[in-house]
Amino acid sequence: MSNSVLKKKENYTPTTNACKLCTPLGASLVFKGISNAVPLLHGSQGCSTYIRRYVISHFKEPVDIASTNFSEETAIFGGGVNLNLALDNLRKQYNPEMIGIATTCLSETIGDDVAMFLKSYREQRIDQRLPEIIHVSTPSYRGTHMDGFHGAVQAVVEGLSNKDFDARSGHQLNIFPSMVSPADIRHLKDILKAFGISYAMLPDYSDRLDGALWSEYQTIQKGGTDISEIKNMKKARASVEFGKILEGGRSSGGKYLKDTFGVPCYSLGLPIGVRETDAFFKVLENLTGISTPDRFVSQRERLIDSFVDGHKYVSGIRAVVYGEEDLVVGMVSLLREIGIIPVLCASGGKSGLMEKTIETIVPEYQPLGISIRENVDFMDIEKQAADFSPDIFIGNSKGYTLSRRIGKPLVRIGFPVHDRIGGSRIRHLGYEGAQELFDRIVNTLIEKGQEKSEIGYTYI
Amino acid sequence: METSCEDYICSEIDPEEVKNKLISKYPAKVGRKRSKQITINRIDEEKCVPEVMANVRTIPGIITQRGCSYAGCKGVVLGPTRDIINLTHGPIGCGFYSWLTRRNQTRPNGPEDHNFMPYCFSTDMQENEIIFGGEKKLKEAIQEAYDTFHPKAIAIFATCPVGLIGDDVHSVAREMKAKLGINVFGFSCEGYKGVSQSAGHHIANNGIFTHVVGLDDEIREGKYRINLLGEYNIGGDAFEIDRIFEDCGLTVVSTFSGNSSYDYFKNSHTADLNLIMCHRSINYVAEMMETKYGIPWIKVNFIGAEATAKSLRKIAQYYDEPELTDRVEEVIVKEMPEVEKVRAEVKARCEGKLAMLFVGGSRAHHYQELFKEIGMRTIAAGYEFAHRDDYEGRRVLPNIKVDADSRNIEELEIHPDPQRYQPRKSPEEISELEKTGFKFKDYEGMMTEMSNGTLVIDDINQYETEKLIEIFKPDIFCAGIKEKYAIQKSGIPMKQLHSYDSGGPYAGFRGAINFYREIDRMVNSKVWKYVKAPWQQNPELAATYAWD
Ligand code: SF4
Ligand code: SF4
Repeated sequence: MSNSVLKKKENYTPTTNACKLCTPLGASLVFKGISNAVPLLHGSQGCSTYIRRYVISHFKEPVDIASTNFSEETAIFGGGVNLNLALDNLRKQYNPEMIGIATTCLSETIGDDVAMFLKSYREQRIDQRLPEIIHVSTPSYRGTHMDGFHGAVQAVVEGLSNKDFDARSGHQLNIFPSMVSPADIRHLKDILKAFGISYAMLPDYSDRLDGALWSEYQTIQKGGTDISEIKNMKKARASVEFGKILEGGRSSGGKYLKDTFGVPCYSLGLPIGVRETDAFFKVLENLTGISTPDRFVSQRERLIDSFVDGHKYVSGIRAVVYGEEDLVVGMVSLLREIGIIPVLCASGGKSGLMEKTIETIVPEYQPLGISIRENVDFMDIEKQAADFSPDIFIGNSKGYTLSRRIGKPLVRIGFPVHDRIGGSRIRHLGYEGAQELFDRIVNTLIEKGQEKSEIGYTYI
Repeated sequence: METSCEDYICSEIDPEEVKNKLISKYPAKVGRKRSKQITINRIDEEKCVPEVMANVRTIPGIITQRGCSYAGCKGVVLGPTRDIINLTHGPIGCGFYSWLTRRNQTRPNGPEDHNFMPYCFSTDMQENEIIFGGEKKLKEAIQEAYDTFHPKAIAIFATCPVGLIGDDVHSVAREMKAKLGINVFGFSCEGYKGVSQSAGHHIANNGIFTHVVGLDDEIREGKYRINLLGEYNIGGDAFEIDRIFEDCGLTVVSTFSGNSSYDYFKNSHTADLNLIMCHRSINYVAEMMETKYGIPWIKVNFIGAEATAKSLRKIAQYYDEPELTDRVEEVIVKEMPEVEKVRAEVKARCEGKLAMLFVGGSRAHHYQELFKEIGMRTIAAGYEFAHRDDYEGRRVLPNIKVDADSRNIEELEIHPDPQRYQPRKSPEEISELEKTGFKFKDYEGMMTEMSNGTLVIDDINQYETEKLIEIFKPDIFCAGIKEKYAIQKSGIPMKQLHSYDSGGPYAGFRGAINFYREIDRMVNSKVWKYVKAPWQQNPELAATYAWD
């Protein structure tokens, strides 16, 4: 049985054990990061339920995602009526400030014109105070959860920038952190605060997807970016947007603000590892004219010191890294800094940009024998991994079965991590994030060595 | 069951008032519908209970626990079978989200036996297929799955877009079956069909019955040969039941579908008796097997030690042979002391505590048994996807209105098999048994076993769940992962009864012991003490802090 896996053909048609999730999931996460917003999926209820279950099992927090609940008739005659009903019911139950609508494959397949439905919904309720209603098109047959995520960020920025804005002036900085953990978001906020920069972050689900216990019942969990702040994003001095793949490819929230309102946009890689974090701090220094606060300077010094202490455990180690393309790119950057060879860099995404982007970080990737694969599933990864004899896997929980079969350890990062506690507290970004990743990687390798040793050293 | 006022679970809380509170926030039309799905239990002299509206579509915008019919078909019924390749025809999400999330356990019969459960096969439809049709890709996917794994059977599951673009999974299945010479069959379980997973269960039952059951007529060994239906081996439940059966001398021909195999399904029509655990998800197969092959079915329940003993006795009574009857009694006598020991110990700490169960289509009923055994009372319960018969008993079947959503699900017309129909008991034997109170083809439903004044709520939603907790502050709440963290946020322990968190088995005797201990650990855990900060527990303290 286990060997038959390896016989998989080159151009295998079905996706077996996918390395990507579906589009509305990404969009829902963005809506979760906006204050008093409720996500609504336009389609059958199964998609909402599945997506809720998945997001909840990672974050271990309540996640409400409504559905317009198509029946067979709706699928045939269109979802306009259901959409109206759902909006009315959500307003009544939750009294939200914003409803974020993402379409599922079903409503996309039948070609529902959501924009038109919304227009007439608003017209019919001209006398009522309506929440902001933002719509993003998210068919999963065109893209992955990351496309849904970036698409939703852009739709929110576009939808809200065109509104009359608050008289208050905008923040100095817009920050689009991409799909990172709540702990990462908190760390970013901490950095910005230390620089004394006022900012608007989209999305910010650090509280709503990693929050405290409730002393009283909350219909919509507290936290998230204020809608007025998003409306004012067009008045910021600059935007910072993370994601090199995002930079090279599709349109985005930051690009939209630049093109429409002339807000300069700094496209940076996810600040994972020293080099990419340095680049981020450099931008902050330029924007504020102040130098990096001591705290972060010492974090960086400690990090480098630990690289020296741990170098012998990681040097020459061969890793398989998989997940979202930008996360993989970020991890490759860190891994090269510490001497690990990311022999296989894999993603279920297919922007067509991963190889080119990695080349900018590791120009010598070919002689190093690094294989970069887009649009792959875990079956492809397994097949290739066998040829590369990796020492370690780095990625989300979905690679566990594979790492177990091959007998090499898995360091869990990214999303989903549903076979461990604390998925939302994994830190990837900044010097501290790099520190945590480095420690975890080194300790995992040491532990593996210890396990294999006949002597059972307790002192290394 | 008496109807004194003690039946009211919380004397200070009037269930009518709770009901009104739950629906007060809804727009009028929604409120009217929900008020028919929220019922206050009352059992009359004839053991009749009030009507509950069930199996009706959830209103758009209401956040439901329910999934789709694809989830019921692929995820629930077919998912636990290890040696059928389950191929999802659709975009990636539907397959991804149903990949190994249910904790069904399986034990292959050796290293050569197939186990595809860790795999998730999907055609991963792209725009091209949505526009031009996906049958070609589906065929290629089947071919390649066959070339790679050489399975005995491949099942295809249609997701929402498939029905709309006009792909015919059944004709593809027929074509590939002829080509490959293995069994290939399709399910039209598009998520918009029916109102919940339940539609998918029905579709799965029909498919398995049509394409698999009856393919292998060999009568294998075993004196008392039974099928166990509606047991999915979450957390190893079926293993514990198998252990007990084996001890009693009962032979399981097939389980539908915990620890199941394609080969067992094929042969399942050779059994003497069908035992139904989860009535909702599998009664169709039982009914069809009875009509076609003459196998009677009875309802059993192995959740709860008492219930287990009762079910074993019922099986023995069916066979009515001293050898089996004695053996069953011996097994019960052997198993119960350990159960009793733990039960007494746990009961001392749990007695009088309140439970709420909102889950599935049978567990919200079955698990009340276990709570009762440790002295805990169920004050409110309801199903996620059950029908009226699961609440009120099968006696209401003739009165159930079939709405458009259910009419879409095919009812197969089944006739006795000309060669293989063979009633396992004669009409005389059946009526003899019935005279002693033995019940065939019967399920009395959840409500007849709940106290008067308790709340029964169908398809509870997130909003009502949170309200209910606020009002009753139960000691434990049972539901699924989607509800778990909202409930825990309010400081109430929450037990998942779909996937059992990381626990189980909870069925049978050893399962009961596990469950008692688990509940004890949960309701008496120290963490709940920290849920409120000191100044929240003690307002004066807050004042002092402020002054200092
Ligand atoms: S239909 Fe599309 S949106 Fe729904 S779960 Fe499947 S892939 Fe995701
Ligand atoms: S698309 Fe349909 S089949 Fe797939 S998860 Fe959504 S409701 Fe279920």
